[in-house]
Amino acid sequence: MKTFFLLLARNRLALAGGIVLLIVVLLAIATPILPLADPDVTNTSNRFHPIFSEGAPLGTDHLGRDLLSRLMWGTRLSLAVGFAAAIVAATIGAAIGIIAGYFGGRTDNIIMRGVDMLMAFPYILLALAIVAALGPGLFNALIAVAVVNVPFFARNIRGVTVGIANKEFVDAARLAGLSNTQIILSEILPNVIPIIVIAMSTTIGWMILETAGLSFLGLGSQPPQADLGSMLGEARSALITNPHTSIVPGAMILIIVMSINLLGDGVRDALDPRLKSGALSRPMAATRVDRADLPPPATGVGLLEVKGLETQFHVKDRIYRAVGGVDLHVEKGECLGIIGESGSGKSVTALSIMGLVASPPGVVTGGAAYYDGEDMIGAPYRRLRDMRGRNVAYIFQDPLATLHPLYRVGDQLIEAIRAHRPIGKAEGRAKAVELLKAVRIPNAEQRITDYPHEMSGGMRQRVGIAMALAHDPDIIIADEPTTALDVTVQAQILTILDELRRSRGLVIVFITHDFGVVAQLCDRVAVMYAGRIVEEGTKTDILVAPRHPYTARLMACVPELGGGKRRLEAIPGLPPAVDKLPEGCAFADRCDRVQTDCRAAEIALVQHFGRAVRCLHPVDKREAPE
Amino acid sequence: MTGYILKRLVSAIPVLLGITIIVFLIMAMIPGDPATAILGSYATPENVEKLNRDLGLDKPLFQQYIIWLGNMLTGDFGTSFALNRPVLDEVLERFNGTLVLAGTAFVLCSFLGVVAGVVSAANQYGAADKVITFVVLLGISIPSFFLGMMMILFFAVNLRWFPVSGMWPIYGDRTIGVLLSHLAMPATALAVVATGVIARLSRSAMLEVLRQDFIRTARAKGVHERGVIWRHALKAAMVSILPVLGIQAGFVLSGAVYIEIVFQWPGVGRMLVDAILKRDILLVQGGVVFVAACYVMFNIAVDVAQSLLDPRIKT
Repeated sequence: MKTFFLLLARNRLALAGGIVLLIVVLLAIATPILPLADPDVTNTSNRFHPIFSEGAPLGTDHLGRDLLSRLMWGTRLSLAVGFAAAIVAATIGAAIGIIAGYFGGRTDNIIMRGVDMLMAFPYILLALAIVAALGPGLFNALIAVAVVNVPFFARNIRGVTVGIANKEFVDAARLAGLSNTQIILSEILPNVIPIIVIAMSTTIGWMILETAGLSFLGLGSQPPQADLGSMLGEARSALITNPHTSIVPGAMILIIVMSINLLGDGVRDALDPRLKSGALSRPMAATRVDRADLPPPATGVGLLEVKGLETQFHVKDRIYRAVGGVDLHVEKGECLGIIGESGSGKSVTALSIMGLVASPPGVVTGGAAYYDGEDMIGAPYRRLRDMRGRNVAYIFQDPLATLHPLYRVGDQLIEAIRAHRPIGKAEGRAKAVELLKAVRIPNAEQRITDYPHEMSGGMRQRVGIAMALAHDPDIIIADEPTTALDVTVQAQILTILDELRRSRGLVIVFITHDFGVVAQLCDRVAVMYAGRIVEEGTKTDILVAPRHPYTARLMACVPELGGGKRRLEAIPGLPPAVDKLPEGCAFADRCDRVQTDCRAAEIALVQHFGRAVRCLHPVDKREAPE
Repeated sequence: MTGYILKRLVSAIPVLLGITIIVFLIMAMIPGDPATAILGSYATPENVEKLNRDLGLDKPLFQQYIIWLGNMLTGDFGTSFALNRPVLDEVLERFNGTLVLAGTAFVLCSFLGVVAGVVSAANQYGAADKVITFVVLLGISIPSFFLGMMMILFFAVNLRWFPVSGMWPIYGDRTIGVLLSHLAMPATALAVVATGVIARLSRSAMLEVLRQDFIRTARAKGVHERGVIWRHALKAAMVSILPVLGIQAGFVLSGAVYIEIVFQWPGVGRMLVDAILKRDILLVQGGVVFVAACYVMFNIAVDVAQSLLDPRIKT
């Protein structure tokens, strides 16, 4: 509750709205004791005095009545009616919603059908019909506005109640022998009230507008009593000759409704957890780059060379070091595997190369990624966009989420081609079919008109690969492309990738957590842990004789078919949170070979005969764990 | 697709029936009897009784409803006593005016609202976003009738850009240009609130979509940011924007009541308010049922559009 008010107060607009509203409400409450002229005393010899006249600061209206006084009394009335309508609508709507949601079944069905029917009306029409039946008058206008808003509350509250009614504590209350009424009052209602308050804060402005509207039409408050709407309605005939009589009440409605809306938005935002976490931020076209130092120069080793890459996530005042200085290189025709647990930074490393890390919150804070000597991370957006898909292509993990759900797969393929090369429709189609054939999709001609949801997971991933192949890129980064697929499909996909690599001389950077995949496809392997490479070497070296304890433990987790009754050893504990990495080795807490010096200082990646390891006490071949 | 449209039309029948029942019941709540209202308080009891019989008001409520409904189905909405002409003729004629006004406003608010929302989302927390957010807040807070009055004062009276009121000039040609000059202010005033609501929703729908994985895929393909925003993201966001357009159409249709009065626009809304003040019950009933039915049909069209947009919806 306290944080809620803090958040609300920090939102300057909401605060301003709240203060203005408070002033207006206080003035309205104090109106009877303020030294104001009688609002209803007419004096036709004083008609239409302008603003700032003597004795009438806001002038007088067409009957010579004091406008300031009428404004205050009118504001009082409008606020009272608006709030009353909101409370009536919220109470009735909440009652209906709770009953429908709590009892469910047929009760729910019948009630919600009725609510739907009320919602089928363009809703001022319904209000008009009600006023037509009850006759013009402020109270009847109040009823009409309240009734019209009941469905909105009923629907919202029903939805929330359905969620609560199925919770354990409600079942517990039922088992404890409480009656339905008791459960609704003691268990449901307290949980629903915040929702009611939010719904009210967002609709009360509307209700004030609507009652003012009905009064404006002459269907609400009747003379001599006047709310803001009827003041405006009466002033309309003198709009051109004496506009101030219209502007005064109109501006007041605007001020009231605007301050309520500002406050309402603030309340909603303060209660929305997604907004707090910054999860509603829009990722930019490319990852933000904010490198403190000049990036290390390219050494010319490999077609793709990553040097000292550092990527962080800045969430509020926390800094998550997702990638903490990664060096990688891949030669032409080579397949490099990057392996590690979830959260080890392998995907972020790959995404950073192409500037695809969502930003905010992602920031590349150091290092470079050289494609053929050209730094992609420092590249201007236009150049980066030009290289994406054409020089370096990306295959994502979950092909259902990564393909656009509303475009046919053929169109998505054609778009990938068109992104860098203008081609005609027929040619695009032909090329799309050709690409689908390249990834061995049967009846490619028919399947290009499929939507992603009409395909199986394996087929979708083939489309993903076909899309990556659209421009014959030199490098393909495959980010766990087979993780979401079952084993047989996985094998097919891997075969396709392997063949493509050999036939087209592709460089593949293959990200995985699966040593089996590494064994099948990769030439070299880099093992990542907590945002850093802890071991790197040829596939054979790593698989036969892992040096880093983490690699060894990781491999011990892999079950082996026909491998006998070997014990599967899960690694105890969890990887460290990357916003508070330990001083020395990040794996120290989970390592069974840990010594005091492991925690003392940063440990370097030591190169040794074509392999590298970041460990002070590496595993020796002879004592590798069983 | 035809099957889907038929299915939706059939499912609208109970809703339409419900609408007639609600309207009928509301009107049946009227205290006193309509015959006295029509004939005035000086009418003789015999005349009142005769008129009640003529109007079928001496029959039980349920029977009255069936007769009223049956008549409406054959196109007989009754006769407006105040105007002394068939209700349906009057409603149809007035609905034309409303359709022109609300239709223009709807096109305006859909287009401007979506564009503003997309621009706002694409520049989140940037200058354009802040300006749009503020203007939108102003737009949804200003009563349309007050805005209309201020527009008359400023653009018609002071600047003389547009005519003060009406749909057509009393004399002169009825050309499209003339209509547009009459339409400009009322349609804008009517569109403002809905534009604001649509812009807000479009912004949040876009922000939601822009974080999705398929947007990253589009970027990885090398699609230009313009294409990412306006093609990929907007199409996906339209799935949640379209239903709101349907709801806002109802608000525009409703708001037309105020605008028709402020701008002396010949439409159903103004007709209804006049009819209420004159207690012309049959005209109110007929007008409300007709407009509500049109709105139901419009929402079916929105559903169909939604199914065309999103292939995942089973048709």
